[in-house]
Amino acid sequence: MKTSRPVGIIGYGAYIPMNRLKASEISRVWGGCAEPIEEKAVASIDEDAVTIAVECARYAIKRAKIDPREIGAIYVGTESKPYAVKPCGTIVAEAIGATPHVTAADYEFACKAGTEAFQACIGLVSSGMVKYAMAIGADTAQGRPADPLEYTVACGGAALIFTLKSERTLAYLEGSYSYVTDTPDFWRRGLEMYPRHGNRFTGEPAYFRHIIGAAKGLMAELGYGPEDFKYAVFHQPNVKFPVKVAKRLGFSMDAIKPGLIVPYVGNTYAGSTPIGLAATLDVAEPGDRILVVSYGSGAGSDAFSFVVQDAIMEGRPRDLPVSAFIARKRYIDYSLYSRMRGKIHL
Amino acid sequence: MSVPRYWREIKYRYRLIGELCTECGAIIFPRRRLCPHCGCRELEECKLSETGTVLSWTVIQHPPKGYEKYAPYVVALIKLDDGAQILSQVVDVEPEEMRVGLRVEATFRRVREDGSSGIIEYGYKFRPIIEEP
Repeated sequence: MKTSRPVGIIGYGAYIPMNRLKASEISRVWGGCAEPIEEKAVASIDEDAVTIAVECARYAIKRAKIDPREIGAIYVGTESKPYAVKPCGTIVAEAIGATPHVTAADYEFACKAGTEAFQACIGLVSSGMVKYAMAIGADTAQGRPADPLEYTVACGGAALIFTLKSERTLAYLEGSYSYVTDTPDFWRRGLEMYPRHGNRFTGEPAYFRHIIGAAKGLMAELGYGPEDFKYAVFHQPNVKFPVKVAKRLGFSMDAIKPGLIVPYVGNTYAGSTPIGLAATLDVAEPGDRILVVSYGSGAGSDAFSFVVQDAIMEGRPRDLPVSAFIARKRYIDYSLYSRMRGKIHL
Repeated sequence: MSVPRYWREIKYRYRLIGELCTECGAIIFPRRRLCPHCGCRELEECKLSETGTVLSWTVIQHPPKGYEKYAPYVVALIKLDDGAQILSQVVDVEPEEMRVGLRVEATFRRVREDGSSGIIEYGYKFRPIIEEP
């Protein structure tokens, strides 16, 4: 999909809570030795998807150096809404000072809810309906105790602000591509606390089929091959999947390394791909082309091609990189983790 | 806190909006009808600084109703960089790491909630300033 007018990213911001739970601590409690990551980020007891989204949004506005009252759309992609009925988007809009002349809503599409919000924001900006549009992917992901998912489900998010391409934009969009089917690989029914998943079924017919479909579709539409991209970001539910899909699509480890944050942060669901993009933008140079492909269970992928612009260098000495949030950490044990994530009921 | 009262204070709690006394220039938070320094009634809204320095602090072990799930937590008197003084929880810090002079910045957190079915009250808290590694 191509926009009628060129669209770019004018600001981005990420946030990762400081608590870390080591995978070895989960193994100590529940047994097992197949640890898919080193450690994961855990929200504090007073953090949730809304507070994470607000943090991301504030960092994105700071980087963009814009007046939040000029933001015309705010969409929050998450599957950990604190309220079943009451939007996260309105709280974010109020907290950053964008109300009341703004459209706001929440998106739900498992781990690709954040990039689904990208698509909507890009369309609104390209059409001229709004000057700035903010898309956020933020989650405090849920995993049933002792389930293999518990090793990876994590908390964090990132926000992007889109506007028409100019000298001020940090990167511009070349095109996007969505690939969606009804594939029941992972779900959570209403009022259920934890999701269920199809174990190995989450791999080939789900993650790999959709990411490869979206990536190949976009590259074919733009006439590019993997050699045309300096960097690539693939949704990262664990370390194995993005590394494997990169190899199958012809991307090197060097291409995915800057955005591969899952070993130290975990799978932040709707925040996963946006944080990976933010970490890549932190190191990218003007002219670099970045392929971004999300994956959300249920199932679908959104692929985007961005080209980095000169303006990226201006804010770099001033703005906090994703690495600052990865480095800021405090280890917790399984007991504190259980308390923070509401697994103990009094 | 009632839902209407929470709603009325959202702007001040979410975005750290205080008041500036047009007579003596004092910055006031939370908002009041009169300047506590000169009694002036002409007060203008102003955005407070989001960074400051800890002047004093304590650890709340036995919290008031509504804050039980967060205990123990740190509460500090903070002098903001614009001169205003504010009382706030300080998060992402252990009590043994607290000290007078600690540089802190505003963050956005859950402050209190009305059980599992009531409103969630969000607002400002402070944390040690995040710096580059």
